[in-house]
Amino acid sequence: MSLSRREFLRLMGLAGAAGLLPTSAFAAARKPSDLYEIPAFGNVTLLHMTDCHAQLNPIYFREPSVNLGIGAAKGRPPHLVGKHFLQYYGIEPGSIEAHAFTYLDYVELARKYGKVGGFAHLATLVKRLRAERGDGKTLLLDGGDTWQGSGTAFWTRGKDMVGACNLLGVDVMTGHWEFTYLEKEVIANIQEFKGEFVAQNVSVNEDALFDYAFADFEGFDEDSGLAFKPYTIKIVGGMKVAVIGQAFPYTPIANPRRFIPDWTFGIKDEHMQATVNQVRESEEPDLVVVLSHNGMDVDLKMASRVSGIDVIFGGHTHDGVPKPVVVSNKGGKTLVTNAGSNGKFLAVMDLEVSKGRLKDYRYRLVPVFANLLPADPEMQAYIDKVRAPYKDKLEQKLAVADELLYRRGNFNGTFDQVICDALREVKDAQISLSPGFRWGTTVLPGQEITLDNVMDQTCITYPETYRREMTGKDIKDILEDVCDNLFNPDPYYQQGGDMVRVGGMDYVCNPTEKMGRRISNMTLDDGTPVEANKKYVVAGWATVNSQAPGRPIWEVVSEYLERQGTVKIKKLNTPRLVGVKGNPGLGS
Amino acid sequence: MAKTIKIRAKAKDGVTTVKSLITHPMETGLRKNKKTGKLIPAHFIQEVVCKHNGKEVINCEWGASISKNPYLAFKFKGGKKGDTIELSWKDNTGQSDSITTKIR
Amino acid sequence: MKLDQKRRVFLKGSVAATSVGFAVGAGLLTPSAVLAAWNKSAFEAKAVDKAIGGALGNPTTSPSDKISIKAPDIAENGAVVPVSIKADLDGVTEIALLVEKNANPLSAIFHLPKGTLPDVSTRVKMGKTGDVIAVVKANGKLYSARKSVKVTIGGCGG
Repeated sequence: MSLSRREFLRLMGLAGAAGLLPTSAFAAARKPSDLYEIPAFGNVTLLHMTDCHAQLNPIYFREPSVNLGIGAAKGRPPHLVGKHFLQYYGIEPGSIEAHAFTYLDYVELARKYGKVGGFAHLATLVKRLRAERGDGKTLLLDGGDTWQGSGTAFWTRGKDMVGACNLLGVDVMTGHWEFTYLEKEVIANIQEFKGEFVAQNVSVNEDALFDYAFADFEGFDEDSGLAFKPYTIKIVGGMKVAVIGQAFPYTPIANPRRFIPDWTFGIKDEHMQATVNQVRESEEPDLVVVLSHNGMDVDLKMASRVSGIDVIFGGHTHDGVPKPVVVSNKGGKTLVTNAGSNGKFLAVMDLEVSKGRLKDYRYRLVPVFANLLPADPEMQAYIDKVRAPYKDKLEQKLAVADELLYRRGNFNGTFDQVICDALREVKDAQISLSPGFRWGTTVLPGQEITLDNVMDQTCITYPETYRREMTGKDIKDILEDVCDNLFNPDPYYQQGGDMVRVGGMDYVCNPTEKMGRRISNMTLDDGTPVEANKKYVVAGWATVNSQAPGRPIWEVVSEYLERQGTVKIKKLNTPRLVGVKGNPGLGS
Repeated sequence: MAKTIKIRAKAKDGVTTVKSLITHPMETGLRKNKKTGKLIPAHFIQEVVCKHNGKEVINCEWGASISKNPYLAFKFKGGKKGDTIELSWKDNTGQSDSITTKIR
Repeated sequence: MKLDQKRRVFLKGSVAATSVGFAVGAGLLTPSAVLAAWNKSAFEAKAVDKAIGGALGNPTTSPSDKISIKAPDIAENGAVVPVSIKADLDGVTEIALLVEKNANPLSAIFHLPKGTLPDVSTRVKMGKTGDVIAVVKANGKLYSARKSVKVTIGGCGG
């Protein structure tokens, strides 16, 4: 970045402009001179990042226009999008923060404000905050989904990210996609990680307990059966801070069990309560926080059931939530946050803690704009080094985007449609299915699509594609099942992903219905109804239960992109929604 | 003998915890062989008994819906390091196995 | 051994008690032969109440918050669902474990002699989403608890 922050602001005509300055809940009475001037407060600062999905370089990431809350979650954080979001949090439309938190005027504002995230830029921000707060007064927490999401993470089996996190100075982490590598790789990466890996909800299962391959791993405890350390104690600003880990509870369901056959997960909120009680009794901490990968709705429910936690720093659902939600429970109150994804945000919580009590706090979810934060040279050099062997391959240009390509949202994004179209065309199928992941970066219209972009959207450790016959009923069952994982009114039955993406088929979806009754009117692209007993040729990828036979999805998508040259979406297979009119989780 | 059973018994604070894992197909009789299309005959453990120094501490009756390679864990009062724990099973076809171990 | 045998006879419950008791008392049956009396009718019952009645002598149970069932909210694998049942009750002699939606709901009956804690764990097969039911016999009375377990196709997580 050749421009200094100040120069950049001047150039953009933004300095002092209302757009840049938070005018609302975020802002102190005085106006800060830049986005990253965060007045110090209290004696403990907890920095939290989550779900960066291995995005070492700055990227574009469009927030969702559909993020429906059903039942009690309707219209409540995090289920607010677009103008509903801005109204709720009092953010000025068109401002840099409106751009960071919503999809509104996305292309125009993305061109204006530039890319977000990038570890070199994040490192600059972390260093600045650490210097401002002073030695030993900060703790950097990483909520996980760190080792997966880019080509380099895939090819180095997450090691590039372990190195980057060590350089960034991550103190404590937990995980989810980390567990999509093999058990021995997970253990090796944790051993290489300089911080601590914590999870109170991952146990060694009954079979493995009798003959466990990692019995010597220091995180394992034979008596409790826990595979990893449940918590750690850190001294921050002279205060004793307990950080309890909560890994993604449904990893072996949402992702392949075959990579991690010895480990069993779960929400385990009773064990969470027991852990909190034990920590409070035996360690006498001044502050108890949970570093969670539950997803925001699950965290909100857990906060209402478990008492004694001061703050839950949440991730998984990729919700950029500007203010903590305060949840009441038997023991008092618990703050619940969620800090977005893809390296786009850094959460800064300054706390005033004394003698076992959280007295007050300030919270900011700070967007990381690459143009506003110069790259940290040391981190940049590291990133360049890990990318070097793959650089040429990754920067290979495959096609040009004719329109905005993104994924995030409850239903098909435009990049999903490209993947679905690629599957149908390259694999000669009537219908295609693609998982509703919440990661995957955005490509602006006119931008060249590189293998980097394709890997951002597709690189997982089970990328194999399939082409098989399914009946209409089989397809409906899959849609119903995934839809329930998204819209079950009880968050403990949700898995935090979005709806499975479809190609070549439309349907009607009523998220407010019961399982088995949400999906109807399935039709092929030509309008022919999909019949329950008739067989269809379906192509897809990312099979969880067993390895599919076809080549990796990125090869299929790359081939399709090269054929296309210029990528235009002919038809977006997004369902017609019923029962959710006026839902603030639905954008215009 | 005892090729099918793994067992661990541990005494702590006056309570012994026994955990065991048995290798067994636990066929329900409702599953079809994918190649032949014929039903696989029911084959499942019906009884598991565990004794501490010769005295019975649990007696289980199982149906075919207990998972393949069954797991059983339970606790009893008393028991000390070095005591004998014997666990045995018997299935619907008359097969059986048993194992003896010491409390750790 | 003598006491143990008597206990067993008692545990086996109402109808059969007299005849089996006689047989044991007369030295006609060894304890292992008693054991061989696997409760066929209860395990083959298709209805939950019939299975409970067959297993524990009475289909009627009172719900109790003294019983805790530990089972996953969503099963990681429907074929292997870990279930732990713990009762905070005195005088527990039997625990029955049932899976509501299975063709034959009864999965297990645990007979617990005095001194054995009402705290057992095993793993069951579940064909579809439904309740796991625990029935505990304590001082001759039946108490029950339920826990819903979702069985899902999985995949497509965030």
